[in-house]
Amino acid sequence: MVISTSELTFNFGSQKVVNSLSLQVPQGSIYGFLGPNGAGKTTTIKLLLNLLKADEGSIFVFGQELRSNRISILKKIGSLIEQPALYLHLTGRENMLNRAMLLQIPTARVDEMLSLVKLSNAANKKAGQYSLGMKQRLGIALALLADPELLILDEPTNGLDPNGIIEMRELLISLTQQYGKTVFISSHLLAEVERMATHVGIINNGSMLFQGCIDELQSVNQPVVHIETANPVDAANLLHRNKITVTEVTDTYLTVPYISKQHTGELNALLISNGHTVFAIGKKQQDLEKLFLSITQNRN
Amino acid sequence: MKAFLLSFRSEFYKSRKTLGFWCAVLLPLLICLLMFIGFYSNSDKLIHYPGMSLWMRFAGGVLNVTGTLLLPMFIVFTAYSVNSVEHKADSWKTLFSLPLPKMSVYAAKFIYALFLVFLCLALFVLFISAFGTLLGTIKPELKFSEYRMECTLMQIYFKLLLSSLGILSIQFLLSLLWKDFLKPMGIGFVGTISGVIMGAMQWKYAYLFPYSHPMLALTNMMPRGKPDATPTLHIDIFTKDVYISMAVAAVVFVCGYFIVLKKSVK
Repeated sequence: MVISTSELTFNFGSQKVVNSLSLQVPQGSIYGFLGPNGAGKTTTIKLLLNLLKADEGSIFVFGQELRSNRISILKKIGSLIEQPALYLHLTGRENMLNRAMLLQIPTARVDEMLSLVKLSNAANKKAGQYSLGMKQRLGIALALLADPELLILDEPTNGLDPNGIIEMRELLISLTQQYGKTVFISSHLLAEVERMATHVGIINNGSMLFQGCIDELQSVNQPVVHIETANPVDAANLLHRNKITVTEVTDTYLTVPYISKQHTGELNALLISNGHTVFAIGKKQQDLEKLFLSITQNRN
Repeated sequence: MKAFLLSFRSEFYKSRKTLGFWCAVLLPLLICLLMFIGFYSNSDKLIHYPGMSLWMRFAGGVLNVTGTLLLPMFIVFTAYSVNSVEHKADSWKTLFSLPLPKMSVYAAKFIYALFLVFLCLALFVLFISAFGTLLGTIKPELKFSEYRMECTLMQIYFKLLLSSLGILSIQFLLSLLWKDFLKPMGIGFVGTISGVIMGAMQWKYAYLFPYSHPMLALTNMMPRGKPDATPTLHIDIFTKDVYISMAVAAVVFVCGYFIVLKKSVK
């Protein structure tokens, strides 16, 4: 395991922000750390970087205890926490050179990383003039500068446009698959994490709700067929009479557990042949909120 | 040590384009230049003074302007500017998650602030000497060439540097803890005014108050009465106020390190 925590607890005043968290991040994985805003993701990341001291529990990174091996562990970690920390009065390249100076990295690597995140053309522009997406990309270049074995990224797609998100996803996948790096990435977007993660941990109110590989999550996170019709209640009754389970009915749509494309087609045909107007029908993953509910229900 | 030197170099790299750095260069240049212009335009009133007296008037004029009020406020500003680079960039978390000992990062920052104060005071010595010499050259009737004051100036400014340590350490810690400019600035301003009043009133315990130290350093060393009546200057660098200043700096520096260690990095 690259990261292994045991019963990690952190209190902020009387509030338990992280509660008995046991993370297991395997080597070479993209570990998606999911949770809504305020769930304790950033606090956990700060604990992993020794920025905060845990009240209880232990943290092992690369098999070494964090507090007593802080520097040797941090040498192998690249991180981006919340908004990228940039010196706005310096240019993008100067920000990189400053970090390279501190970490004693050759200048050639600075240009290589700037080109990787497609900032070569804006390298001599002040970071204060960068767009949010450019700042985020520079933050990622800074995190990658020391060629770390473990990359810890806190909501790295914030501010990126769709192209930027796709590029970032491809970059992270190639880092793990081609170079054997491990990526720990936090997000509040389930769909984003599902597209790249090999492992997932879901946290809410500081406690781990689910941890496992992506296949295990998909077995919990069953997709549904989302059907918009003129009269969802009558449509639901029709499906019910045909022994089809309906999971949700609202004024505008109803949902049915997804089985296959064929089955979706049959549902559509059934509704239309019984006089229902179907505006839209398609497969849909549950959002994080509903996933929490199903995980909690499964536990009970 | 290597991590400290790397951090120190990085501090210079980060601040070299900021007002905080250039203030240390421009402040002595501007004040000495103004004093030079003042002496140049009033040279006819100064021609009867002997060389030493001229130097004393020239350096004394600069010292009176800077020593009591401007130097403490410059220290307050410098201590803030070194830390505000990180506050503005929200980069404390990044700085403390780099594979560098926290002590090196903290010490490099403090020593860099001290370096800026040193640079400023060293430039005062340089510019006073240079502008004095220049006045003697372009206005030979002013007898600046009769006397050399470099060694005395170095002693005076070295004493001022040591007297600044207490204020610097306190202001450095306040600026490190507070992102808000007004808090350390406000405390520094009130401290400086109180220090000047305590010094001016010659309160017997003023030497215990760091913000009084630059003023005490100056008032205790400057000759009383007419400068031409005093043939030599006796500068006692290590007086009790200087010892207190150094002790305050050492204590606050060590306490500051433990506060930084305990403090949650936001």
